[in-house]
Amino acid sequence: MMQFPQAQALRVDKADSLAEAVSGRRGMTSTQREVWIRRLFILAGFFSVIVMALIVLFLFKEGLGLFFDASVSDFLFGEFWYPTYDPPDFGILPLIAGSVAVTALSSFIAVPLGVGAALYLGEVAGNRAREILKPAVELLAGLPSVVLGFVGMVVLAPLMQEWWDIPTGLNVFNASIMLAIMAIPTIASISEDALHAVPRDLQEASLALGATRLETLTRIMVPGAMSGIGTAVILGMSRAMGETMVVLMVAGGAAQIPGSIFDSVRPLPATIAAEMGETPFGSEHYHALFAIGIVLFLLTLGFNLVAAYISHRFQQRGAATL
Amino acid sequence: MSTTSLAARRLRQNLVFALFRVLMLIVMGALGGILLYVLIHGAGALSWEFLTEPPKNSMTEGGIFPAIMGTIYLTVGAILVALPLGVAAAIYLSEYASEGKVLQVVRLGIQNLAGVPSVVFGLFGLALFVGYFKLGISIAAGSLTLGLLILPTVIGAAEEALRQVPDTFREASLGLGATRWQTIRKVVLPAALPGILTGSILGIGRAAGETAPIMFTAATFYTIGLPRSPLDEVMALPYHIYVLATAGTHIEATRPLQYGTVLVLISLVLGLSMVAIIIRTKMRKTKKW
Repeated sequence: MMQFPQAQALRVDKADSLAEAVSGRRGMTSTQREVWIRRLFILAGFFSVIVMALIVLFLFKEGLGLFFDASVSDFLFGEFWYPTYDPPDFGILPLIAGSVAVTALSSFIAVPLGVGAALYLGEVAGNRAREILKPAVELLAGLPSVVLGFVGMVVLAPLMQEWWDIPTGLNVFNASIMLAIMAIPTIASISEDALHAVPRDLQEASLALGATRLETLTRIMVPGAMSGIGTAVILGMSRAMGETMVVLMVAGGAAQIPGSIFDSVRPLPATIAAEMGETPFGSEHYHALFAIGIVLFLLTLGFNLVAAYISHRFQQRGAATL
Repeated sequence: MSTTSLAARRLRQNLVFALFRVLMLIVMGALGGILLYVLIHGAGALSWEFLTEPPKNSMTEGGIFPAIMGTIYLTVGAILVALPLGVAAAIYLSEYASEGKVLQVVRLGIQNLAGVPSVVFGLFGLALFVGYFKLGISIAAGSLTLGLLILPTVIGAAEEALRQVPDTFREASLGLGATRWQTIRKVVLPAALPGILTGSILGIGRAAGETAPIMFTAATFYTIGLPRSPLDEVMALPYHIYVLATAGTHIEATRPLQYGTVLVLISLVLGLSMVAIIIRTKMRKTKKW
């Protein structure tokens, strides 16, 4: 006579597989193992969130020490950064101004080039050109920042000095060009993805109505991809603001509020990178550099949250929302 | 628009498309120019001695062998950290997670981790690994820092690879009575392996080129001989370039060495990215499931 498994063991709804449910006896341990494995993977998924929390925790733990002696507004709006004077001045307004200057100017350069490259890749280039150019843009993204810093220092700086007869080639303009080269691939590849995501039938409908490819591009594709392009621009700016080696090597290092694009500046990341090495562990200066880290972290976090919000809020949901 | 003739509209289109082409050319020109410049100036410095000897004569002569080895140690360490964690997180995202608030939080965490500036990772590594865990300035501290930095890259690539495995594979396996974990281990992961490998190569390339995260956690200007334990500090290619170009007393004298080091670093990093890109293109072409 055939043996049927006991009815109470056949609980397919609780088991992770039919085999477990049927085998009954082994079922419990096997199910338990599956549950534990699932928990392990959920934990792994949360690991990035945990790391973010740890970053916040340790930045604040090391950075807040500064504010026992100095006020937050003196720190943020103080006009003098003289960390090694006696008494020292920890005012980061010139550093923030430096970061804002290079970020703004580099976006000014990178946005047209990055979006233009994306439009070319997405709408103009033939298949063969695209197959070569897309990986090339990715290669550009892979250039180490220290290499761009080096090129800016060794190649561009002397040229600028010669062309425009300025005291130093290490300035806002040079750093912005090098930062733009870093930001272009980010902007181009995210924008191109966004163009690609616009439903094909919209494009075909526009062309069928007699619009030229350009008219279709400017009136259908670009509006449809706008949230993606906006995200791309903001992420590119965030990348430029947080980038370290280029501004450390090329921006000139003078902690001043720039009056022209040929002035030297000392952006936030450059200050941290240049000074941390010579700072005694646990000194006031050390805490001040971590406090700069907090400011930089919050600025880039702000950019990234805005980007995430835009891409979420204005997401293309089928053709109906256009 | 209706009043403009078709010819005028065509002309405008050609002009604007030509502009896009010019913008693309400028971008490619920047890439080509940089690569060519470094190649021309760096090729002269390359020699067997340069690749296999330590620096000599207060860095003005000799090679960069310890820096090459240091970069290899750091990147291997970084991928040992990032690969298991990244693949596990990707398995969660692709195989276990369901849409909802929890998933949103996880995705936001990964996105924002990807956006944390590299110098902030450096500060974090300094505070947590060097200070709190008392690893000191060491390969271990640098590898852990770099590993967390490339984690989002690895997660992204691994998740894409897992998602490309068709659901029919999973359904067939589950239908045969395999558990979810057995399905993942025996069916989904093997099918996604090439994609995961591509992701790890991209991660390695990224880790090899980063400077700011290792400045305060692992890198040093000069070591006598190679490191003997993971708790030793190391020389590394990107840091070597930075130091030679900015801080030496013989900046002009070491120019050829700087170009050579830049060329070696670029070849390493771009070589890795190129391998990853080629594998991926091949995969997309040959895979027919």
